[in-house]
Amino acid sequence: MTDVDQSTREAHWAKTKGLMITTLIIWFIFSYLVHWFADSLNNASFLGFPLGFYMAAQGSLIIFVVLIFWFARRQHAIDVEHGVAEDEDKLSARSN
Amino acid sequence: MAIIKGDFIDNLPKVYGLYTGGFVVFILLMAILEQAGLGADTIGILFVAFTVVIYATIGWLSRTMQVDAYYVAGRQVPAVFNGMATAADWMSGASFVAMAGGIYFGGHGYIAFVVGWTGGYVLVASLMAPYLRKFGCYTVPDFIGTRYGGNLARFLAVCVLTLASFTYVTAQINATGTIASRALQIPFEVGVWFGLLGILLCSMLGGMRAVTWTQVAQYIVLIIAYVVPVIWMSNKQGFGIIPQLVYGEAVMRLGELETLHGVGIKPTEAFAGLKALTVPHYEAGTSFAAKWKFVTLVFCMMAGTASLPHILMRYFTTPSVKAARQSVAWSLLFIFLLYFTAPALATFTKLQVLDPNLATGIIGKAIAEVNALEWIQKWSNVGFVAISDSNGDGLLQINEFFMRGDIVVLATPEIAGLPYVISGLVAAGGMAAAMSTADGLLLAIANALSHDLYYKIIDPKADTKHRLIVARVLLIVIGAAAAFVASMKLTTILGAVAWAFDFAMSGLFFPLVLGVWWKRANRQGAIAGMFFGLLAGTWYLYMVKWGGMEPWLYIDHLRFGVIGCVVSLVAMVGVSLATAEPDEETQKMVDEVRIPKGKSVLASTH
Repeated sequence: MTDVDQSTREAHWAKTKGLMITTLIIWFIFSYLVHWFADSLNNASFLGFPLGFYMAAQGSLIIFVVLIFWFARRQHAIDVEHGVAEDEDKLSARSN
Repeated sequence: MAIIKGDFIDNLPKVYGLYTGGFVVFILLMAILEQAGLGADTIGILFVAFTVVIYATIGWLSRTMQVDAYYVAGRQVPAVFNGMATAADWMSGASFVAMAGGIYFGGHGYIAFVVGWTGGYVLVASLMAPYLRKFGCYTVPDFIGTRYGGNLARFLAVCVLTLASFTYVTAQINATGTIASRALQIPFEVGVWFGLLGILLCSMLGGMRAVTWTQVAQYIVLIIAYVVPVIWMSNKQGFGIIPQLVYGEAVMRLGELETLHGVGIKPTEAFAGLKALTVPHYEAGTSFAAKWKFVTLVFCMMAGTASLPHILMRYFTTPSVKAARQSVAWSLLFIFLLYFTAPALATFTKLQVLDPNLATGIIGKAIAEVNALEWIQKWSNVGFVAISDSNGDGLLQINEFFMRGDIVVLATPEIAGLPYVISGLVAAGGMAAAMSTADGLLLAIANALSHDLYYKIIDPKADTKHRLIVARVLLIVIGAAAAFVASMKLTTILGAVAWAFDFAMSGLFFPLVLGVWWKRANRQGAIAGMFFGLLAGTWYLYMVKWGGMEPWLYIDHLRFGVIGCVVSLVAMVGVSLATAEPDEETQKMVDEVRIPKGKSVLASTH
């Protein structure tokens, strides 16, 4: 078992869980909530598009891409902060 | 072996840069030959043959006899390249050929597929991929079998994986057959076997390593083939070279044209396999039913994405947990490039057909005039388009024009009057999309059967050579079975694709998520979750599709995963709580999976 004490593990997992929940709340809004109100949003216009259509065809997709890049950075920062990130030499070492 | 060594990885940008340059030169060469009088058929054949030969060459160069290279590409695929490979693995013949057509006919309601097939990656990144990578498994059932322990759990995971992936792979082999038969002018049944041959050449000798490097090559072909025609067409119509950003005006214009042409009036005739446009382009449903159907479809596609083994196993190939997370982000970026183009393509094509101010517009014109058009003749000859003057006024109404959805991608270059070289390029792109997905799926099934069923359950003492031979024999057998089923044409391409997602989420979503996120989840719970989830989902599909049952709450056969995964969750939580908690060793295993640092749970070669 990797040499990381229990309290560090718990603190790290609490933060990881928090990030997961934040990520999924944003995901929920742009996966479901926004599209539920698509008919009303279509009355507004964005870049010349009806907003409801835009969110399904493009807006939500852009949010998802940015969200995952952001998530990957945040999670790595949490790992480093708690000293549980992978060793850098392991990252560059390759076995064939 | 000799050619792909460590320094191949360092040279990846150069290798694929040269490859992309070479492909562009090939396109230009074809364009020159077309001007010089080379026939359209020959160009189509050259495009498909040339690209398939390249994939097969890459497959041959990547051959291996090492277990970790065969199963997980030696775990050395950099995040960005794994992203490209995942994108090709992901985007199937259906995404490439059918998605824009689906949006053309289905409007806003159909775009639920686009939202679902992208947002699912948020679940992959936050709930699954990094943890499975830390685990160090070769296959998805490998995780289930080790986390929960026991052969029954492993076996059930293999069953779900096989059912979901097999449903999916027949659709892909069907698509390769369709494209190969059209481009190479051979019968469909022969095209199916030709497609299978290409797929096996890519994957058989090198397993995951070969599939990885061919999928990167296939991504490059398919994205060029999808985006170039759209940019060309939009440029021709004066929408500029980044049409995706500026087609709002075209969307609004469609709203006006729909009123003008009376979109929504039901056609009075019917043609098998063809549809007339009856649904508005951007208007969203206002009823509870329409909204509920949209979000349930999104949910099924998302949870399915996060449970499909051929996608999850791509993240086993990255060098680290950190790289696995980044790789999910890159995957979605590469997928996004195609998915945000599809609605633009659907919009432009519809505008071409509907707008009387454009030279290409056909609705409202005299039927005789429309019938004289070259593309109408060509595609009605193969039964993809039909025109009928239902009301006898001599003019073409919107409900008198019938076509197949696939036309939007396949015929758009011709509708817009682009040179034939673009059609050849599109055929090569469709082939790349279908082949890359079929490769990934076949490998997922064959690996699960050879690693989990044969090696882990039947013969744990088998040596490396035996294991790899069994893996390859299974690949051929499963491929042949899939090609046989595909040649019988049992379902339409899209029906089968959606079912694969529903099967996967019914059986695997909660056992995978809770395996990481809920320490209390135990073997009995996982077994109950997989078994009852799959059973309930399959039963519901059968009842709704063939048993004549009224769908509950508008959950039709495309959405049966909702039923399956709810039953799976209830069964898994209920049974876990009713039985003893997992032993200390298992709990420690979960602790290890949750941090990136340290050795993987399973040894790097197992």
